[in-house]
Amino acid sequence: MSSKIQQITARYRYSVILLRELVISDFKLRYQNSVLGYFWSLLRPFSLFVILYLVFVKILKAGGDIPHFGVYLLIGIVVWNYFSEVTNNSVLSIVGKGDLLRKVNFPRYIIVVAGSFSALINLFFNFIVIGVFMVIAKTQVSSAIILLPLLVVELFVFSLAIGFLLSALYVRYRDMVFIWEVLMQGAFFATPIMYAFSLVSGRSPVMAKIMISNPIAQLMQDMRYALVTPRSETIGSTFGSALGYIIPALIVLVTAVLAGLYFRSRAPYFAEEV
Amino acid sequence: MNDDIAIRVEGVYKDFALPHEKNLTLKSTFLQKIRGGNKTIEKQHALNNISFDVKKGEFFGIVGRNGSGKSTLLKILAQIYKPTKGTVAVNGRLVPFIELGVGFNPELTGRDNVYLSASLMGFSKKEIDGMYNDIVDFAELENFMDQKLKNYSSGMQVRLAFSIATRVDTDILLIDEVLAVGDADFQRKCFDYFKQLKKNKKTVVFVSHDMNAIKEYCDRAVLIEASEIKKIGETTKVSELYTKLFSTEQVASSKTNSDGGWGNMKASIVRINTFVDKSGINIRQTIKVATDITDIIVGFRVRDAAGKEVLGTNTKHESVETGTKVLGQQFEVSWTLPNILSDGTYIVDTALLESDQVTVVEWLDESGTFRVQKDRHLPYAVDLDYKVVIK
Repeated sequence: MSSKIQQITARYRYSVILLRELVISDFKLRYQNSVLGYFWSLLRPFSLFVILYLVFVKILKAGGDIPHFGVYLLIGIVVWNYFSEVTNNSVLSIVGKGDLLRKVNFPRYIIVVAGSFSALINLFFNFIVIGVFMVIAKTQVSSAIILLPLLVVELFVFSLAIGFLLSALYVRYRDMVFIWEVLMQGAFFATPIMYAFSLVSGRSPVMAKIMISNPIAQLMQDMRYALVTPRSETIGSTFGSALGYIIPALIVLVTAVLAGLYFRSRAPYFAEEV
Repeated sequence: MNDDIAIRVEGVYKDFALPHEKNLTLKSTFLQKIRGGNKTIEKQHALNNISFDVKKGEFFGIVGRNGSGKSTLLKILAQIYKPTKGTVAVNGRLVPFIELGVGFNPELTGRDNVYLSASLMGFSKKEIDGMYNDIVDFAELENFMDQKLKNYSSGMQVRLAFSIATRVDTDILLIDEVLAVGDADFQRKCFDYFKQLKKNKKTVVFVSHDMNAIKEYCDRAVLIEASEIKKIGETTKVSELYTKLFSTEQVASSKTNSDGGWGNMKASIVRINTFVDKSGINIRQTIKVATDITDIIVGFRVRDAAGKEVLGTNTKHESVETGTKVLGQQFEVSWTLPNILSDGTYIVDTALLESDQVTVVEWLDESGTFRVQKDRHLPYAVDLDYKVVIK
C-alpha cells in the first residue's frame, strides 16, 4: 500500500518537474532570434489595441453607445486569442511530440497542459496591457472584478478540455485540424468579439440567449462588465436571472469530463498510433 | 512479488493492428463502416506469451535478430507500449535509455538542453543545478554550453547526451543497443559505464542483436525469435543456441541478379554465392556472356556494414586471364580469402570490366552478403591471430 502511494507521489513529482521544463523551453523557443525578445509579449497586445482603436473607434465609429469601446474590443480579442492559441496548438501537440512519446514513458497529458500554460503566460502579459489601458481610459471598474480569477479559471479549464479532446482525436483522425479550423472561423463570428453584444440582443432575444450560453461569450461579457462598463450585458441580464450561469457551467463541466475520459482511454496507445 | 525480483513479465502478448490502408481520415473511416466491417485490418503478432523474471542486481540480456520482437518487448518493459494481454510488474524506479539525448532541441542552448533532457529522466531543477558542472566537465564542453545545440558536431551532442545519461541513479535501467554506436572511443566509454553499473549491482536490462556484447556483460539472457521465447537462462547456454540457430543460416547467401547493375552489359552477373567455412571466405561469381568477348576482368570488393570499403581485387590485379568467351557462354570465378575480418556483416560488390580496365561491362553493388562470426568483437576491420608476449 505504501509503495503504491510512493509511486503516485513519484509520478506527481515527475509531472511537475516536466511541466515546468516544457513550459520554460517553450517560452524560450518562442522569442528566439528576435531582437526585442520577451518584450514582444507586451508589444503584441499593445499594437493590437492601437489598431483596434484606430479602425473600430476612430474610423468606423462602431462602438455605438458603449463607452471605452477600444478596451471593450481588446478584452474580446485577448480572450479569443487565448482560446484559439490553446486549441490550435493542442490539435497538433501529441502528434508533434511523437518522437518523444516513443522513447520515454511520461504522463501524456503533460504535453497538452504545458502548451496551455505557455498560452497562460501570454494571457497574463495581455492583461497587464489591458490594465494599462483601463487606467488611461478611466473605465468603470465594478466590484465584480473580484470574480475575475474565477472567469480566468473557467477560460483555462474550457480551453484545456477542448485541447485534450482535439489532441487525442487528431492522433486517429487527421481531418481534425481542418474541421477545427472551419469551426473556429464560424465561432469567431458567433461570439461577440468584434461587435457589441447589444447588437444581437436588441434584435433577437432568442439568438442572444443561445449566443451567450457559449462559455467563451459568457465569460467575455462578464469580464467586460467587471472591467469596462456595467452597461455590458451578461448572461444574467440576458436570461433575467443568475440561474442562466448554469448552462455555460454545465457545458464546461461536461466537456471537461468527456474530454478527460476520452484522453485517458486513448493515452496508452499514443506511442504506437502517432 | 518477491522482494528480490525487479521486473516480472507474465504472459505478455502484443498485437499491432496493420490496416492495409490506414484510417487516417474521417472519410475513410465512415466509408469503411458503410462497406461493412474491418476485414482489411490484419493483426501482427509482435510478441506471443512472453514470461520471465529479472532479479534485482542482475545484468539481464534480451537478444534476438532484427524484427524478432525484442524492441517491442523493451518498449513494453519501459511502459511506452501497453501489452495487449498479460502484465508487467516493476519493483523500483525504472529509467529507459532507448535513445541518447531524448528531448534534445537543436534550437536551444547546450545548457537548456541539459535541463530539459535531465528533467525527462526525472531530475528536479535543484538536482540538475547540483550536478550541472559535473555533466559539463565529463562531456568536456565547458566553452560550448551557451551555444545552440545545432552548432554542435554530432560527436559533441553524443558526449553531452551520454554525460547526462550516466548521472541517472535509479534502481532499474533499460538499455537499448543504440547506445553502443559511435566511434571506438565512445564504445569504450559506454562499456566502462556498463562495467561500473555491474560493479554497483544495478539491475540492468540490455537489449542487443549482438551476441558478443550480451556474452560480455550479462549474467542471464533471453533469446527472442519470431515473437516467442526460444531460450532463457545462463548467457553461455543462450549463446550456444543462438550460434546453432543462426550461424549456419547467416554465413551463406546466394543472390540471383534480378535487378541488374549498370554498364554496357556485354556480359552479366547471373548469381553470386558467398559463404564462410573453414577454408575462409568464399565468393563465387557466375557470369553469362552476351557477345564474344576476350579477357573480361572480374572483380569484387568487400564493404563492412557501415559501407566502408575493407578489401577487394580483380582478375587483372591477380594476373589471371579469363580467356575468350563466346555468346551465351556461362563461367564461374571462385575466390577464397583467409578469414581475417572482424566479427560482423559484410557486403560484396561485383564489377565486370573490359580488358581496357576502364569500360564497365556490369557493376552491381550489394551483389551478396556474408557474416563473419568471431568469438570477440574488435572495433577494427581485421581480426588476426595476434601473438603477444609479456616479458
